[in-house]
Amino acid sequence: MAERERRQTPPFGGVFVARSQVLGRDDVRRAICRMAHEIVERNHGLDDVVLIGLQTGGVPFAEAMAEALDVIEGVRPDLGTLDVAFHRDDIGLRPVLPSTVTEIPWDLTGKVVVLVDDVLFTGRTIRAALDAVHTYGRPRAIELAVMIDRGHRELPIRPDFVGKNLPTRRDEAVNATLDCVELGEIHKERW
Amino acid sequence: MRHLLAVSDLSRADVDRLLDLTDAFAEVGRRRVPKVPALQGRTVTWLFYEDSTRTRLSFEQAAKRLSADTLNFSVSSSSVRKGESLRDTVETIEAMGVDAIVVRHGSSGVPAQIARWVSASVVNAGDGWHEHPTQALLDCYTIRAHLGGLDGVRIAIVGDVAHSRVARSDVWAFALMGAEVTLVAPPTLLPPSVEGWPVRVGHDLDAVLPDVDVVYLLRMQRERMTEALVPSLREYSARFGLTGRRVEHMGDKALVMHPGPMNRGVEIAADVAELPRSVVVDQVRNGVAVRMAVLFELLGSGPIRPGGPG
Repeated sequence: MAERERRQTPPFGGVFVARSQVLGRDDVRRAICRMAHEIVERNHGLDDVVLIGLQTGGVPFAEAMAEALDVIEGVRPDLGTLDVAFHRDDIGLRPVLPSTVTEIPWDLTGKVVVLVDDVLFTGRTIRAALDAVHTYGRPRAIELAVMIDRGHRELPIRPDFVGKNLPTRRDEAVNATLDCVELGEIHKERW
Repeated sequence: MRHLLAVSDLSRADVDRLLDLTDAFAEVGRRRVPKVPALQGRTVTWLFYEDSTRTRLSFEQAAKRLSADTLNFSVSSSSVRKGESLRDTVETIEAMGVDAIVVRHGSSGVPAQIARWVSASVVNAGDGWHEHPTQALLDCYTIRAHLGGLDGVRIAIVGDVAHSRVARSDVWAFALMGAEVTLVAPPTLLPPSVEGWPVRVGHDLDAVLPDVDVVYLLRMQRERMTEALVPSLREYSARFGLTGRRVEHMGDKALVMHPGPMNRGVEIAADVAELPRSVVVDQVRNGVAVRMAVLFELLGSGPIRPGGPG
């Protein structure tokens, strides 16, 4: 998500140009299904489990994950969305604006919160999300599910559930949707 | 945006952006811990040369919910009393390192003048008979929250328009957002000229009431009236006050608004202020979120500095 925002934000941003497809639609679906099983296994069911999709890239993955968990366990976990803009550490360095209003209408105290995002990169978005989650209560645990872990962490953060580990160069970019996962670059001159 | 001095400086896109941002901050206000670290390390101070309860407190609440530090300053107990000039006072405050100065002053144009002297962001919290932009933004936000938007909404602004900076800011903001504004007041309480204002003018509240979606009552500013502009407050109330009887002629979903403080029994009847359609309390609540949006817009979301992350 960090890179998604940078991509969208002029003048740092530009246009994403795909070079190769890493996963297709079915690969993405299978990966989500496997992660859903892992979430159920790790938590011995879905008691107190709440999914929170990180705006904007993580939200469709969180919805797909809730769907998959419903199929596996017959229970649809509560699904919230979180925009971490006000908790970011680069406010004042670049324009930071929330894209949508956060929807977490529950007290998270005692819950197991599973954060869901599309791409894990520097870890700064997740740092902001950990901070934000605590304004909604004190969860029993916070877990992290990401479709793609592309490395290059700048903070001591690691995911609990990973769709695919994808080694990348720092200057590359990853575009992850429910339809496909692509590796490419950001072309600034074409923005 | 560097300063917020007047609604007349804003574009429709600016107002839309601020209202959307207000939505996000209203959500923060509903959290268990209603506070975000967005303006950590920034300092906001107040320079209020006029009395205020809600504006002053709501700016302070907004700054604290953004984790900004606040420097409290009371004009009445400061060196201003020893004759320090406005410019010296402002430069002293700036030298201590503040990022935003929220100004209220009895003379029009003071916030704009201060903005020329300092590098900090300046927010106009009411200057003379000129403008009160954050009030207009929170009024727009309140109407949008209740009616879904302002486009085509019919709004009557009733009462002491001549002395009201709220009315001036509201007229510009409502018209900018596509609302149809009618001013209703005795001729003595209208400004000498409303030429160029995007409004219609009426003098009969009863004729206007059935056809409006919002009745915006202004406070009778007795402290600013130097001459007898109305025969008596009782007579004013009889012709222009929103009484229980008049409310019955309003549309079912029409809102009653007031910027506060209310003169109960003058421009608004005591029991009317308690009606569900009276959104005065919402206006105050929304004031905090709107002022968070304004402070964040000025201090948090830009300007883009070279050398940022790439």
